[in-house]
Amino acid sequence: MIAELGLAVLWMAAALAVLQLIAGALALRPATAHLAGVVRPVAILQGVLVAFAFASLIWLFLSTDLSVKLVAENSHSAKPFIFKLAGTWGNHEGSMLMWVTIMSLAGGFVALIEKRLREETLIATLAGQAFVSLGFYAFLLLASNPFTRLPEPAPEGAGLNPLLQDIGLAFHPPTLYVGYVGLSIAFSFAVGALVTRDVGPAFARAMRPWVLGAWIFLTLGITAGSYWAYYTLGWGGWWFWDPVENASLMPWLAATALLHSCSVLAARNALRTWTVMLGVIAFSMSMVGTFLVRSGILTSVHAFAVDPTRGSFILALLAIYIGGALLLFALRASTVTEGARFAVLSRESALVFNNVMLCGILGIVLVGTLYPLLTEAMGVKVSVGPPYFNPVSAVFAIPMMLVMAVGPVLRWREDKGGRITWQIAVPALVTAAALLAVELLFAPINLLPALGLAIAPGLAVASLQPLVGRNLRRTPLATYGMVIGHLGIAVALFGMASEGAFSTERLAAMNPGDSQQVGPFKVTLQDIGPVAGPNWTALEATVAASYAGAAPTVLHPQARTFANPPGNRTESALLTRWNGQLYAVLGEEGEDGRWQMRFWWKPFVPMIWYGGALVALGGLLALLGRVARDVKRLVATDKIAYRRERQGR
Amino acid sequence: MNTTIKPKHQRLVLIILALVALIGAGLLAAYALSKQAAYFYLPSELAAKPPEAGRAVRLGGMVEKGSIKTLPDGVTINFIVKDDKARVPVRFSGITPDLFVEGSGVVAEGRMEGTTFVADNLLAKHDEKYVPREMKNMSTAEAKAVIAETK
Repeated sequence: MIAELGLAVLWMAAALAVLQLIAGALALRPATAHLAGVVRPVAILQGVLVAFAFASLIWLFLSTDLSVKLVAENSHSAKPFIFKLAGTWGNHEGSMLMWVTIMSLAGGFVALIEKRLREETLIATLAGQAFVSLGFYAFLLLASNPFTRLPEPAPEGAGLNPLLQDIGLAFHPPTLYVGYVGLSIAFSFAVGALVTRDVGPAFARAMRPWVLGAWIFLTLGITAGSYWAYYTLGWGGWWFWDPVENASLMPWLAATALLHSCSVLAARNALRTWTVMLGVIAFSMSMVGTFLVRSGILTSVHAFAVDPTRGSFILALLAIYIGGALLLFALRASTVTEGARFAVLSRESALVFNNVMLCGILGIVLVGTLYPLLTEAMGVKVSVGPPYFNPVSAVFAIPMMLVMAVGPVLRWREDKGGRITWQIAVPALVTAAALLAVELLFAPINLLPALGLAIAPGLAVASLQPLVGRNLRRTPLATYGMVIGHLGIAVALFGMASEGAFSTERLAAMNPGDSQQVGPFKVTLQDIGPVAGPNWTALEATVAASYAGAAPTVLHPQARTFANPPGNRTESALLTRWNGQLYAVLGEEGEDGRWQMRFWWKPFVPMIWYGGALVALGGLLALLGRVARDVKRLVATDKIAYRRERQGR
Repeated sequence: MNTTIKPKHQRLVLIILALVALIGAGLLAAYALSKQAAYFYLPSELAAKPPEAGRAVRLGGMVEKGSIKTLPDGVTINFIVKDDKARVPVRFSGITPDLFVEGSGVVAEGRMEGTTFVADNLLAKHDEKYVPREMKNMSTAEAKAVIAETK
């Protein structure tokens, strides 16, 4: 019953999206402008209905209703509660329903609260949003119905892929989806503003919170995904340039560029066309990401959809949205009048430079990700990995970070070089000193880690400079956001460079009682024995690790075996200190009875994820600052309107 | 500073700069790809036309039955990857993937050193839903062997 109800409600929501699109499009014509009043309520209702459909699917998963095909194929009655819940989106159909849910809720939210834009532009935006959602409704209802019943209920569910039975799964997909969907809202705003020829600061201010929100979630999603790969894969790496990782990195790069150009447009009314273009690119990158991850064109834990029609469906959606938006852009770009001008040495210029560099990195990652797919279509199999991505993206990343150190202290419109001599000299000296120290103390060291170790402290100092000489209490939250976000980049860069430069690895076959030296640690294998969890059994090693002669800490790396469905997973053990992480993996038992053990000592590696978290925190502060200011303004204008009304009486 | 561009041309200059950067990125990417992309080889292709020494490539085939030998250090293994025409000796140090077994399919990432392929990483068949891309086009007999082995 619940499945049928969920499906019916989903169809109704799709019908409302059609209405929203048609009414919105008609409302833009003077003859039928009275339809405008329909659009907002319809958008809100649509969001509520889809949320109901998604709640029904969650209910089916929680109650393990095995007459529903999706539940039977992906859940199991003996699964812990959290994985029954997370199992709702740990599969193709459920994750697409979640996507549509978030998208429609976001659209409803825009309809509910957005008051700064011209009504006409908002209606066009909501119509655009309905257009985007419709593609996904069609995809869900025609090619990936989550509510299909089985002819006969299954006796037991097939369970969830062991790799996905991790607490990270509960949060990782929703986080990234919110990010992708936020960019779809930014895209709709861009389309709406193009349609009504309303590209200006008001549009940028309306769009900015959504871009910021999306960007925060993408940052968190990428950071968490990186940490997840680090500790579950047992390979000791934190970024593999895997296409699936790139699929989340590319929208982030585009969103970062969009965020910065949006600020220029909002503050200075410059970079109008460029901002609209980036809005289109950012959403294109989320669609490319969805296509790569969900079409089954890549083999990974993310590729649920092996049905080729689904891949073609997403590709068709991609072509329609992107092609349509680019066509609209080409037709309307010339009508966007040029914005305010700025001098070569100005904050605008620094932000333009940053934008171009980010787009350069984006291009490098996109080409490297798509190249193997293209060559495979021509019958040549290649893979592209770190030897390509690391140096080539660094060509753009390094100049970008250098300009990032200077940009925030520059003035808008025009600045004088003489004014900021000190603000440039201090970080430059810190960087030079760090480079010298690295070369003297730790040579030989690879070029990229050495540059990273040198630039990170300089960038950290530079990122704090906008606060120098300011009244810290009066500094706006958004400025703190920028400072903390940039500091986060420096922190993460330091972690990456340190991991690249100083990691030590130890691979050994050990008997219980044997010891090994791993960097500053002495590790002793004490014992190996069986343990059992709720739906797995494991071999667990007991390892005592002692840092530079101190009292040992005990670690328990495991090799887990899952029963439903059958599978194995390495559960690495981590020992975190302020100055790094010890990483232990249990391998197989050799023929001679010794156990393979693998250890890494990775100095300062957690700073990568601390840095990512700081970047997200910076985004959050900026968002709060902007929203608080908007709310204040809204309250003030409401008060004025109220007073006028009373006086009028 | 007196470096203001003629206002009239600002938009044009910005567009040109952006294009130059993007074209530069494209050219750099193309050049780096031609140098750094790791090609996929079957054992017979590797035997017929070996890649230049030290170039990163991937080698995919079947692990020959009875060929896995563990060296005295307990963590380095030697084994043979073969197809129906050629056999390539492979050396690997590390923890092998769970489904790395004799007679099963494997993709090794690494490089030729002399006549031995030194692997940095091994990818084995994970489960029915997760097959290394390169192993999808194996001959039916090979695929059957893989499935029989991993069931």
